[in-house]
Amino acid sequence: MEIKKIQTPLDDSTIEKLRAGEKIFLSGFIFTARDAAHKKFFEALDKGENLPFDLRNQIIYYCGPSPAPPGRVIGSCGPTTSGRMDAYAPRLISLGLKGMIGKGKRSDAVKDSLKQYKAVYFGATGGAGALLSRSVVSSEIVAYEDLGPEAVVKLGVKDLPLFVINDMYGNDLYEAGIQQYRR
Amino acid sequence: MREVHTDSIISAVESLFIDANINLSQGVFDALSQAIEKEESSVGKEVIRELINNANIAKAEHMPICQDTGLAVTFVEIGQDVHIVGESLTEAIAEGVRRAYKNGYLRKSCCDPFSRKNTGDNTPPIIHAHIVPGDRIKIVALPKGGGSENYGEVRMLVPSQGKEGVKSFVIDMVTKGGPNPCPPIIVGVGIGGNFETSALLSKEALMVPIGERNQDPATAAFEMEILDAINKTGIGPQGYGGTVTALDVHIKMLPCHIASLPAAVNIQCHAHRIKEIVV
Repeated sequence: MEIKKIQTPLDDSTIEKLRAGEKIFLSGFIFTARDAAHKKFFEALDKGENLPFDLRNQIIYYCGPSPAPPGRVIGSCGPTTSGRMDAYAPRLISLGLKGMIGKGKRSDAVKDSLKQYKAVYFGATGGAGALLSRSVVSSEIVAYEDLGPEAVVKLGVKDLPLFVINDMYGNDLYEAGIQQYRR
Repeated sequence: MREVHTDSIISAVESLFIDANINLSQGVFDALSQAIEKEESSVGKEVIRELINNANIAKAEHMPICQDTGLAVTFVEIGQDVHIVGESLTEAIAEGVRRAYKNGYLRKSCCDPFSRKNTGDNTPPIIHAHIVPGDRIKIVALPKGGGSENYGEVRMLVPSQGKEGVKSFVIDMVTKGGPNPCPPIIVGVGIGGNFETSALLSKEALMVPIGERNQDPATAAFEMEILDAINKTGIGPQGYGGTVTALDVHIKMLPCHIASLPAAVNIQCHAHRIKEIVV
């Protein structure tokens, strides 16, 4: 398979070139956040406070890694199911978030936001946390350390292997794939 | 009467959960290797290649196969001629889990249902104990991730729905899960018993080795029929489309009430982690 290399922060011209079904290698910085962190993001936004990091042109990775063994940057770090964050994603996208990494289907509202604001949803292979950990070169807690595995962590990544699931044109790898192979 | 000290249970449980989470069993590894040949989609093949690489990296680097190292499910068969000495067996299993998740750098994924506060040590474990003949204790560790467990269900079917009803229930659950439970999945189906035994049977069905068929030929054929139907859904590896959606389907069945047809589906992800030990 041909693999495209892309870099964060994500700009519109990069996103415009991505199509559902492509495999990419991502390098740069991404931010982990899952259920509890998203809840806190919204509490902050509702109070008119700033988020712990500037979302604009960034990517959120729905991930709660296992603890880093001694001498390692991170433990196993595959994706969690993205659907649980569907309630939060459109507002974050409207504030400038350009990408999300996870696994599993997104709601129509999320997919509409991808089109409206030029953003993209990537899939990391679920259950491949050891493989994915090899692409993580740095890890720094940004917020909510008390949440343990759910803390927001800034990860430096090099050639993180991902698939484009939903692009900004409304294409959906899950729908296209099933359509092609359903018997 | 043979005596077993709970200290040996603690260390057995600790090493079982670390081993299960890091070293993918050969049976699952082989099933993934065969799945590459069967898969028609190039994206699907690429996903399975990642999974095989992942298993090799996990083993070589002593890292968990998946960051979701699960709730600690244990099945314990206690020989009736064993006398357990030391502390309580339940506490010994919990202590083994506590040590495994700490010393093995496994993720603690157990929390209060409403406050969502983490219990901090992945306890309490889930313990299913059975009394069996003999003077040994067999312990099975089945760390079970949340993504796949979320697509399990018990349905009290009407007897007239019969086999077709069970089959469409299973397909319904697999389709509902789609990419979320991390296909290629393994499907455990419990049929009969009552409300709670059907659920337990579906979990026990996951413990049957991949490729092994039910001893009853009709049930074995039904397993293959459901597997075939699942693989025709087109969901494929990671849900990206393909011909390998499930690695296997296992059915466990018991007689049930004349008024009922209980059925349960328990889905397991491709990172099917299971290890056992006899103490």
